[in-house]
This record gives sequence, structure tokens and C-alpha cells, in this order.
Amino acid sequence: MNFYGLVDGSEASLKSYLNQLSGVDQVGAEARAAMLATRSIKTSSKRWAIDTAITMVDLTTLEGADTPGKVKALCTKAVRPDPTDTTVPSVGAVCVYNDMVSVARTHLDLIGGQHVPVAAVSTAFPSGRASMAVKIQDTQDAIDAGAAEIDMVIDRGAFLAGHYIEVFNEIVQIKQVCGDKAHLKVIFETGELVTYDNVRKASFLAMAAGADFIKTSTGKVAPAATPPVVLVMLEAVRDFYEMTNTRIGVKPAGGIRTTKDAIKQLVLVNETVGPDWLNPKLFRIGASALLNDLLMQRMKLDEGYYSSPQYVTMD
Amino acid sequence: MSFEYAPAPESRAVVSIKPKYGHFIGGKFVAGSKHFPTINPATEEVLSQIALAGKAEVDAAVKAARKAYTTTWSKMSGKERGKYLYRIARIMQERAREFAVLETLDNGKPIRESRDTDIPLAAAHFFYHAGWADKLEYAGLGTSPKPLGVAGQIIPWNFPLLMLAWKVAPALAAGNTVVLKPAESTPLTALLFAEVCQQAELPAGVVNIVTGDGSTGALIVNHPGIDKIAFTGSTEVGKIIARAVAPTKKSVTLELGGKAANIVFDDAPIDETVEGIVNGIFFNQGHVCCAGSRLLLQENVAEEVLHKLKNRMEKIRVGDPMDKNTDVGAINSKEQLVKITELAAAGDAEGAERWSPACTLPVKGFWFAPTIFTGVTQAHRIAREEIFGPVLSVLTFRTPQEAIEKANNTPFGLSAGVWSEKGSRILWASQQLRAGVIWANTFNKFDPTSPFGGYKESGWGREGGRHGLSAYLKGVGHE
Amino acid sequence: MSNRIDVKKTYKLYINGAFPRTESGRTYEVKSAKGAFIANPCLASRKDLRDAVVAARAAHAGWNKATAYNRGQILYRIAEMLEGRRAQFVDEIMQVTGVTKIKAEKEVTDSVDRLVWYAGWTDKIASFAGSTNPVAGPFYNFTIPESMGVVAAIAPETPSLLGFIDVVAPIIASGNTVVILASTKAPLSAMTFAEVLATSDLPNGVINILTGKKEEIAPWMASHMDIDALDISGLPAKLHAETKVAGAENLKRIHSFKSADPGRIIAFMEAKTVWHPIGL
Repeated sequence: MNFYGLVDGSEASLKSYLNQLSGVDQVGAEARAAMLATRSIKTSSKRWAIDTAITMVDLTTLEGADTPGKVKALCTKAVRPDPTDTTVPSVGAVCVYNDMVSVARTHLDLIGGQHVPVAAVSTAFPSGRASMAVKIQDTQDAIDAGAAEIDMVIDRGAFLAGHYIEVFNEIVQIKQVCGDKAHLKVIFETGELVTYDNVRKASFLAMAAGADFIKTSTGKVAPAATPPVVLVMLEAVRDFYEMTNTRIGVKPAGGIRTTKDAIKQLVLVNETVGPDWLNPKLFRIGASALLNDLLMQRMKLDEGYYSSPQYVTMD
Repeated sequence: MSFEYAPAPESRAVVSIKPKYGHFIGGKFVAGSKHFPTINPATEEVLSQIALAGKAEVDAAVKAARKAYTTTWSKMSGKERGKYLYRIARIMQERAREFAVLETLDNGKPIRESRDTDIPLAAAHFFYHAGWADKLEYAGLGTSPKPLGVAGQIIPWNFPLLMLAWKVAPALAAGNTVVLKPAESTPLTALLFAEVCQQAELPAGVVNIVTGDGSTGALIVNHPGIDKIAFTGSTEVGKIIARAVAPTKKSVTLELGGKAANIVFDDAPIDETVEGIVNGIFFNQGHVCCAGSRLLLQENVAEEVLHKLKNRMEKIRVGDPMDKNTDVGAINSKEQLVKITELAAAGDAEGAERWSPACTLPVKGFWFAPTIFTGVTQAHRIAREEIFGPVLSVLTFRTPQEAIEKANNTPFGLSAGVWSEKGSRILWASQQLRAGVIWANTFNKFDPTSPFGGYKESGWGREGGRHGLSAYLKGVGHE
Repeated sequence: MSNRIDVKKTYKLYINGAFPRTESGRTYEVKSAKGAFIANPCLASRKDLRDAVVAARAAHAGWNKATAYNRGQILYRIAEMLEGRRAQFVDEIMQVTGVTKIKAEKEVTDSVDRLVWYAGWTDKIASFAGSTNPVAGPFYNFTIPESMGVVAAIAPETPSLLGFIDVVAPIIASGNTVVILASTKAPLSAMTFAEVLATSDLPNGVINILTGKKEEIAPWMASHMDIDALDISGLPAKLHAETKVAGAENLKRIHSFKSADPGRIIAFMEAKTVWHPIGL
């Protein structure tokens, strides 16, 4: 494999590829993200932003208590987020644990949601602590059950220990399992990588290894998709595009609960990688509660007054 | 449909601008005789008529300041003086939005900057210095430092209220009274500040504000009843003031021009560096004495940095300063626009390569697109003269020593920037640079606790911190 | 008792560690308090000043870079050398100024002690005049004083040795280099002090000494664009205004002082403030 010509698969080439990355200054990155958060969006743009954000939501349930009933309800909501308003678009995907993939896929197909893909979290999510054989099987199971998107976690332990080649090889192998059947999203768990330098390094590592998307977090660790983390990942994606002419997607997940949060993310996208990425093919938001807030804000724009959670469905 | 930011104008309703203003002397607004207009540089709309102070008004202001000094302010305990300053700080915070909108209307700077930088920092300066008023014996100037008397303060148009705060707060904390002249083109926030003084019930005459042009400034500088001159503005005028006060006992502080080098080493954190370059030169339309107007790039990363810088500049939003999404606002005056245009033309004529992002400038008002010149050498006028506008000159260097030599090769010495992830190199460069403020891996940061001021022809003295306070106190041993 | 003819010293300038004659070839007469001829020191010209400034500028980088500990030791070494030659200085002071031996001895004693005092300041002035500043943000921010560069100075007429040392010591303590015009009427102790300097490990060019006329040299000092600051403590008050006017051309820092004080060191230092983010 040639990995975009950036790495030849050897540890030495991976090291030299990662070593030439510039550092990230924490204070500067956070200041930039904070400045972009002051961008003010009004009226028509806001309506467009809300609808775009809805199409980007990976509507997620990742609980030990998930049941077929809960997953089916989620699928219904994913296809028609507001049953009273048919102009509301479907979400980007439904994101579930491996064993719920077939339930989700079947139900989506049943209710006219063929266009909504199912994403499965994979590779011993959320910890990533399992043998490679298990991780491969986990992924294969999900694809067999109908997952079109695989959200894998990296081995943060290996990353923090400096065993980058292990992390790289895992991604390469999972990518091979995915083949052309599933999109691969690689989750860093940025809250465990801690520094922006690590986030930048992980981003370039994952992109070279074949990730279609890079994703911040599992949702199980805080902090998760903070604006500066997403900024650093978007910058990496932008630079990678300039190097390889390949567009990699970004998925912030965890902690994005309000329309305001979501719009801040869209501003980051717009100003960092540009409007090409304002597209569910290249930007997703992993969330559950966010969708209802988007719907309420949408109602507010339509009706002119503030809505209440009672007017949106709880699933 | 695309993701366009809709105009998000700040409401102007929060301010009420009078059709005509007088001077603030002895605690009262006093009608002026002659007037001149102050305009909104973004629209050329006349905002108000401003009084032009002549000899009679300056005399009256100095007299009021002297009276307040001898009868009230120098006799008041530091503890009580401090409380007045705290009051002022609080009222400025309460009326922050009003100040921000007024500043943007009169100055042309983006509301984001007046709202997030100028006004909060101005209030912070009063809050900081309020605490000094009863602690002057700890300022390092002996056990009973004394105020100087009446301070004449002349401030520029680039940060009107902030520069007022830098001048008035330490002067008052140290026990001086002041006669302040705001810049000709930006007097409105100073006049609003006069109202704040009234609301704070500051004793009459402690702060006097006279408006006018350079002739009014000259009257203040040459007034025999003034003990201290504090000036922020051009080096040219600074030298005139230095000569004018030479035969007198007046003490002087000067914050003057700059031509700061912003040095980028090859191990810099590149995205934050690009932000720092943009902030260094395009903050406040480049109307900043400490602007990072000379970008020195290490040759082995010059191309990459320039590429990223240009991409980043494409995202700069130039336009209506009242729009909350605007990054670069209007040039403050027609005169300044002419000066910037002329120097940029000199850059063209001397063979430097000009580049600006595509941006549509408004028709009315004074505008200049963010601009960079590459292929600039130390010999170019645009590498030597202060442009005081959104124009960046880009030079390259090969070794750290060469970077420092080029950075220091200027009569100015106000500020400098260093970008590198290597700690020892940053400290080395900080040591070698002949400038009063070194921003390492950041730029254009200000704080009331942090002394600010220049080496060489960038001025005399510091503002901010204990160093700045001492400029308003009589030291020991010094004649 | 002896009818030996004593060997008189030719007083020359002290520039860059050497003792050149003035390029102008001019001298002037120094007489004792009683009017007797003592010496023909150099009447330095603007060109001597120019040469001295070149030497001072060249010496600045090294002297400024020397550790404060090193500068302190050298100032202390100067005191040691002066102590060893007390008698010569006492004689010269008495001869030129006509003061009593007790007074002359006190001046030399004070001069030695003053050097020791300033020697101790070199490594303390930064903590006294510097600060760390608690800015409202994630930045480490500190202010350090550092030397200005080349300072030109006019020593007071009297006391000719102590006054000279009071001007020179605080200027060089921080790392500045200096070009100083000695007392016109009593230049001997300054020029003999140059011999002390020459044997004190002081790098060449750190202190450069001219003798001559204030009215002639001061305007050239004031207008010289490679001089960063002036100490005009020894300049008659009537010349202050014109000196300051001329000095404004490159905004020289111009000061004069009445007493020994750490403020004299600080006055010829620039405060430099450095910001750096604090982050992971």
C-alpha cells in the first residue's frame, strides 16, 4: 500500500512523517476558536444552518441499556425528526452498538429510511482494549449486519506510549475490513490524548492510514468535541487535502447539545476548511440531545416565539 | 443556499450623540466657541460638532486642574482617591456597550474589537490603578512618593478610550489632576467619559477634557501651569514635544511609533503563527503603534507560511464596523488613508510585490484592503516607515542572528514578535531584541499590569504596571 | 632633601582601553588651586568623541552579555585597584583642588566605597526594578530592566573623583558602556582613574574618558545619533535646555542626579516586557 505516498508502512517512515508536523500552541488555538465563536449568524443563514446541522447529526444511542425498542424509536426520529413538519430533513446516520445494527437497518428500511445509513461503533468501543482478532471480527460483524459506517476507536494506550505504528496498523487493518462496503471513522478520544499536539499527530496518522473521517470522541470521556479540538482537526484535514487532494471528513461527538454549539461548529468548518465541508459527506455531529434543540430553534424561526421541549418528541 | 453570515449589526440605539459638544472643565460642560465636525469614517456621516479649544479654554482647564490639585485631590487620602477610581471602573463596565458602539462609530474599528478589547481593557486599567492609590509607598520610589501636579495628556485616535484610561488612571491614582485632549477625529468616548466622571461624583477639576486639534495640543504642551506631559502619537510629534519641554521642569512620557518585527522560525506552531501574523498587522486596521508590520520569515518555511497566510487572509471580513462579524473596519480618516495609499504605492514603485485578498470595499467611507508586500528588503520605505495601516511587509532571513539584526535595524523599538516552539531560542531572541515589549508565540496582548513602552525612538517611559505608575510620581535622587 | 627632577606624567585620553592623545593635538592648562601649572591634558575634540562612541558601541554587546556577577566582580576589582592607589589620588586631589588632606582622603574613601556599593547592585537591580506581571490571561509575563547601550556623560567639576565615579559606576553596572567627559578644571583624578581601569579586567571600550570643555563636547554628545542616553549631572544648568533640544533628535534619555541612588542605574536601563502563553 502506498498511503498517499506519505508513508511506506514502515515504522521509520511513519515516524519521520509525524515528526515533521508543526506543533500547536494551546493558547493560540483556543483563542482562535473563541474568536470564531463570536461570529453572529442571523435569520436566513440560521435557518439554513439548522437544516444543514440536522442532516449532519449522527443520531446516537450507545447505552448498556439499549433495547430494540429504543433503537427503533431512534430510527423513526432519524428519518422524520419532526413528524409534524415534513420539510425537516432526515439526519445523517443512526449510530448504535454493533449488536443493534441489524435492528436499526431493518427498521429504517421498514419505515422508508433507506437513505439513512447505520453507523456502528467498533473495535471494542469505547476503550479499544481487545485483541486485534476481536476488533476485526467486531467490525466484520457490523458490516455483515448492514452497517455502512464504522466508527472505530484507536488504541490510546499505544498512542500515548509512542507505539504509533501499532495504531497505524490497526487502522489499516480495519480499513481493509471495511473495503468499499463501509466508511471508516476513526475516533481519537481527544479527552485522553489531552494535548492538541497529540490531536494533530493522531489526525495525520489516521488520515494516512486510510480514515475517511476523523472523529473526536466516544462520548464517554470529557472533554470531548470542544471547539479548539475540532479546529485543530479541521486544520489537519485542510492541510491533508492540500498534500493529497483527498477530502477527509470530520466528526465532533460529545458535548454538542445546543443549536448554538452546532452553529459554532459550522462556523469553524466554514472558516477553516471552507464551504465544501459543509456537507454531511464531510462533516457529521455525533449527538443525541442536539437534534431536539435544533428542532426547537427551527420552530422558533418559523413561529417567531420560543418553543418548549413538549413540542418535540423525546426519542 | 450557502453559509453566508447575515449582517449582524450592533444596535446604534444604545448611544445618544448630541449635535454639538463643549469642553469638560471644572466638572461642567462648557460651551465652545469654534467647532469642527467629527465623522463616522465608515460612512462619512457627520456625527457631531466638536469644540476647538483655544488659549482661553486650555487656561481655564489648567486652572481648574490646579485648583482641584491643591484644594482637593492632593489632600485626599489614597484610600478615598482609590474609591473614585473603582467607581469609574464600575460605571465604565456598566456602560460598556454604549462606549463600544460610540467608539466604533467615531473611530471605524470593528465593534467586536471595541466590545471585546478596547472597553474592557479601559475599565480594567481603572480597576488596576484604583488599587495603587493607597499603596504608592510600595511602588519602589521610596516611602512617600509625591504626585507631580497637573498632567497634560494628549492621546491618539487609534484606541481613544483605552489610551484615555492608560493616561488618566495612573495619573489620578498617583494624586495628579489632568487636562486631557482626545484626538481630533475621535473625541466622543472621551466626552462620554466626562459624564462617567460626573456620575462617579469625581471632584470638579480632577479630570478636565478639552477637545481640539494639534493647536490645542501645543497649547497644553507649552502651558506653564502644567507639570507633566504624557503623549501618545507619532515619533515626529513626540520629538517636537521633547524639544518644547526641554527648557522647562516638565516631566514627559512619550509613547510613539514602531515598526515591529514579527519573527517566524521554522519550528513555529504554524496555524497559531498565522493567526498571530494576522492579529499582529490587521488588528484595528493596523492602526497600532506596536503592530507587527515587518514579517520576518525563516527562508525554509517562508513559502509555506505565506501560502497559509494568504489563505487565512481570504477569510478576513472587511466592512461595516458595526457588523459583529467584521474583522477589519474603516481607516480612521481621509488623511490616514492618503498616507497608507502613498506608502503602499512606494512599495510598488520600489519593486515589492503587492497582494490583497479579494474583498469588496464599501463605496462610502475610508477603506484599505488588507495587504501584504513580499520581496521586501530592509532598504524599502515600507520596511522602514511606520505605515499605520493594514499593510504587511514580508522579509526573509536565514539564521537566528540575521533575524535579530534585521529586527533591530530600525530607529524604533516598541515591540517585536517571536514564533518558535523552542524555549531556549525564544528566550535568546527575547534577550537580543531591542524593543520594550516582546510577544513570544502571541501578539498584540495588553494588560494593565504589564508595562508597555518603547526603546529608542519609540518613546520615553512605560505605561502599565508599577513602571507606568512611576511616571506620575516624583522619584528619589532624580532631578 | 633630594634634588632629583621628578618625572611628570602626560595626561592623555582613555579610549577603547588605550591612552591616545587627542586627534586634534590640542591641550589646555590645568593649574593648582594656588595657580601653579600642573599639567597639559588633552582638549578633546568632537572627533575624539566620535572615536570613543565607536569604541563604546563595539564594547556594548560583550559587556551587556557579561553576567551580572561578572560585572559586579569587575566593579569590585576597580575598587580594589583604587584602594591600592589611594595615596596618589589623595595627592592629586589636594594638588588640583587645594582641599585638606582629610577632605581628599574622605573623597577617595567614599569613591572606593561607592564602587563597592554599585558592585553589589549589578546582580540585584533586575529583581528590584523588574517584575512578574499577573496579566488576566493564560500568559507568563515578566518585565526585566536591561542596559540601554551607549551612554554619554558629563562628570561634575567637583568632587572630581567621587563625582566621576557616581556618574560612571551606575551607568556601567547594568551593562551600558560610557563615554564621559571628566571635570575640566580637575581632570587628573579621572585620568589617573583610567590607569586603575586599565588594570581592573574591565573590557576595553566599556569606559572611555575624555578631557576638555563641556560647552564644546556636550552639543556633540547631544546630537550624536549613536548615543542612547545622556547623564548631564555635571553640565551647568544653563546648558541643559539646549542639550535636551539637541538630544530630542533621536529621543535620547537625558537625566541628571543629585545623589547616589539605585534610581541612577534604573534611569539608564530599559524595561523590557516579555509575554508567553502558558499551555500544554
